[in-house]
Amino acid sequence: MNQTEEKKKRRKGGRHIASLNLTVGVRYLLPLLIFLSFDILIQGHHEPGGGFVGGIVAASAIALYALSCGPHNARKLMRVSPRIFIAGGLTLALVSGCIPLFVGAPFLTGIWGGSDIPVIQSIGTPLFFDIGVYLLVIGVMMTFLLTLMEDV
Amino acid sequence: MAIKSMKPDRTTPLFGWLLSLIAWGFFFWLARFIRPVASGKTFLFSFSWAPSIGVDLSFYIDGLSLIFALLISGIGGLIFIYAGSYLSGKPLRGRFFLFLIAFMLSMLGLVMADNLILLFGFWELTSITSFFLIGFDHEKEESRSSAMQALIVTGAGGLCLLAGAILLAMVGGTPSLSELMTRGEMVRSHGLYLPILILILIGAATKSAQFPFHFWLPNAMAAPTPVSAYLHSATMVKAGVYLAARVNPILGTTPQWEYLVTGMGFVTMIIAAYLVLISSDLKRILAYSTVAALGLFMMLIGMGTAVALKAMILYLMAHAFYKAALFMIAGIIYHETGIRDAQGLGGLWRIMPITGIAALLALLSKSGIPPFVTFIGKEMVFEATLDSALSLLLTAGVFFVSVSFVVAAFLVGFGPFFKKMPDYGKKIHEVSFSFWIGPMVLSVLGIFWGIFNDRTGRWFVSPAASAIFGDEVNVHLALWHGVDIKLLLSGAAILLGILLYALWGRPFRRMIGWGEDRRWFGPEWGYGMLLDFIRMLSRWGGRILQNGLLHYYILFVIIGAIGIIGLPLLELNIKSLFLKGQSGTFYEIGLVIILLAGILQVVFSGSRIISIVGLGVVGYGMALLFLLFSAPDLAMTQFAIETLSVILLVLVILHIPRLTHHSSRLSRRVDAFFALSIGALITILVLMTAGLPEMGSVGSYFAENSYIKAHGRNVVNVILVDFRSFDTLGEITVLSVAAMGVYSLLRLRQEEKKR
Repeated sequence: MNQTEEKKKRRKGGRHIASLNLTVGVRYLLPLLIFLSFDILIQGHHEPGGGFVGGIVAASAIALYALSCGPHNARKLMRVSPRIFIAGGLTLALVSGCIPLFVGAPFLTGIWGGSDIPVIQSIGTPLFFDIGVYLLVIGVMMTFLLTLMEDV
Repeated sequence: MAIKSMKPDRTTPLFGWLLSLIAWGFFFWLARFIRPVASGKTFLFSFSWAPSIGVDLSFYIDGLSLIFALLISGIGGLIFIYAGSYLSGKPLRGRFFLFLIAFMLSMLGLVMADNLILLFGFWELTSITSFFLIGFDHEKEESRSSAMQALIVTGAGGLCLLAGAILLAMVGGTPSLSELMTRGEMVRSHGLYLPILILILIGAATKSAQFPFHFWLPNAMAAPTPVSAYLHSATMVKAGVYLAARVNPILGTTPQWEYLVTGMGFVTMIIAAYLVLISSDLKRILAYSTVAALGLFMMLIGMGTAVALKAMILYLMAHAFYKAALFMIAGIIYHETGIRDAQGLGGLWRIMPITGIAALLALLSKSGIPPFVTFIGKEMVFEATLDSALSLLLTAGVFFVSVSFVVAAFLVGFGPFFKKMPDYGKKIHEVSFSFWIGPMVLSVLGIFWGIFNDRTGRWFVSPAASAIFGDEVNVHLALWHGVDIKLLLSGAAILLGILLYALWGRPFRRMIGWGEDRRWFGPEWGYGMLLDFIRMLSRWGGRILQNGLLHYYILFVIIGAIGIIGLPLLELNIKSLFLKGQSGTFYEIGLVIILLAGILQVVFSGSRIISIVGLGVVGYGMALLFLLFSAPDLAMTQFAIETLSVILLVLVILHIPRLTHHSSRLSRRVDAFFALSIGALITILVLMTAGLPEMGSVGSYFAENSYIKAHGRNVVNVILVDFRSFDTLGEITVLSVAAMGVYSLLRLRQEEKKR
């Protein structure tokens, strides 16, 4: 009786590892990893890193959370569906590519402005392109993972 | 989600009126060109688009494109108003209008494009938008297959057109139509003239439903009536006629042109006129009579004399007015009664007199009775055929077509209104103003341009005919030429048509032959056979290549790669690659040993989990190698990817049964052989790259300009988001499509499980 109830509960939350140590650990790791992924994304133009790696690191962090707390809670954490991340990322990349069209430059030309900004030094459309890649990678990876995990 | 949006749209017919403003905007903008164009001017608007491949956004306005553009935007405006009522309260109306507007814009682009490749682009856009419009009732099998048929036939023609256009641009030395028109002699005397001619004519014939491609048009009547009225009478099907007319100064006047175009038009016209007589569905009758009219236009273009071209333009105008009107009237009848069969209709005159008046006017116009512009047009057509070399044959053909037009006009415009009223089983009302205004305006225009025929000639016929003819054509239209053979022929055709209509019905149709349903020979049968054959072939190929066993998929990919990349390498002196004795450091050799151990574990372990761990070892080992050779970006990505893919694989593994060896020894040996071969191939390729100079010119360019031009010190990232960002954009698009694929496949399985 008790067992079947527990099974039901697990099925509701999707497949995950019910371990207290992991759950507590992830609670501290998650913000750190997300912060790290931001760092990798932002510094990527000058140091090793970039949107793709950053996105994968962020996706791994969320995946860790999903493994310990269940895909249902991971969805809650992301607030919007991973598919919105994909659409948003693709749109951002496209829009950043279209901006140069308004100043008469070809599609996807980098437009830069500002200087001496900490870490990134100057701000430009390739940065937004990279953020688009970042969001998209998170969306794609989480679409894979969450649909697989919910497939009980 | 799809079901939610199926709820009926509650907007009023005002919606159609509002959207028609788009069409009116174009119409009035174009109308300003009428006078300058009539005085012999032409306009060229050009914007640079892709100059490297010779494609510019260039639009050309002369007499020919102007009259088409005016018809498209003007009739478009009326159709929007009509469609607003026709689809009132139906679901997905917004989507319908989106496609309709997209179609109108592509059609306008098509008739005004000056660049051949641009013309092709718009040509394809009209095919695609018409696919969506024909298949608008996507829940009906008939709509879907008709839409597919129209797309396949016109799409295949489109490809021929593309080939012809490229050849023409090569031979003529420019893709610009307005420039090619001055180089006609050069193209006509070139060796590739005949292939160009045939390819372009196939394109025109599929679009304008010429025999043997005519069958898609009657089937396309599965579309909602506003679509039939717009696409399949007034605009899209005339695109082929437009194309033939447009290239006449370039490709025309040769004997090949005359035989092919005239012959094609003549055969189409006769067959379609016959099919009109044996059909009874209102929309099919109109569709076949449209095919006949298109054949007539083609024939006139093929004849290529000044009077034939004048007749073509005049008749084309008249046809657009009355045919769109008749289609809209057929739609009104169907909308109110739910019946489309001419035999089941009658007595509507007393119920809907206004629609009746519009129908009567359209009927008179189609029959070619003065003072309608059609009358002048028909007189002129007879004049052209009587002048030609084959006068007897062509005149007889046109006479037969005229008779069939009269029958069609009476079947649609007379029968439903004046025959005995059947029991409809429900109350029928006169339709609203926005419903009948379209056909009424068009019918009245038919009289208007007939009476003010002087303006018609000066403003439209003369500039357009001159553009096709390639030289000044003078036009003097008149309603009355005195009693001559043309008038007698016209009169006789009308009388004979009325007589045939009176006889029309079961006995008459049985008398003149086989019904429509007998189709076991002819082009449509051929189309069906071809399609079945392709389906069979793909099923057969699918069974072999895509048999659901991942193992085979990978095997085929590997064999393909070895075949394509490996075979040319056979001539290579492989020994020379190895001779550069390279030694490794302690770390490098250690890493390689770890990698090899990982691979052995993957291959020989008996458990999937252990294999995955082995794969992980290989992946992380590779990342360390990247690190050793100072590629931190690669190493970082590899580490991250490796972590994620181990998680992914573990999740996937939970779904598949335990590892058992169900493959035979032989097949495992074959696998081993191919695995080793692809490994060897990759090794050779890597060695070959290692033999290349340290950094090519591209590499040093990136390294030098990364900070100066792209404000970034990390060359790898700069390449990804700036220098090669277009590639990245493509890659992330592929990624998202893959994600959607995985999502929908897994979701589908989950839905199935739930059931």
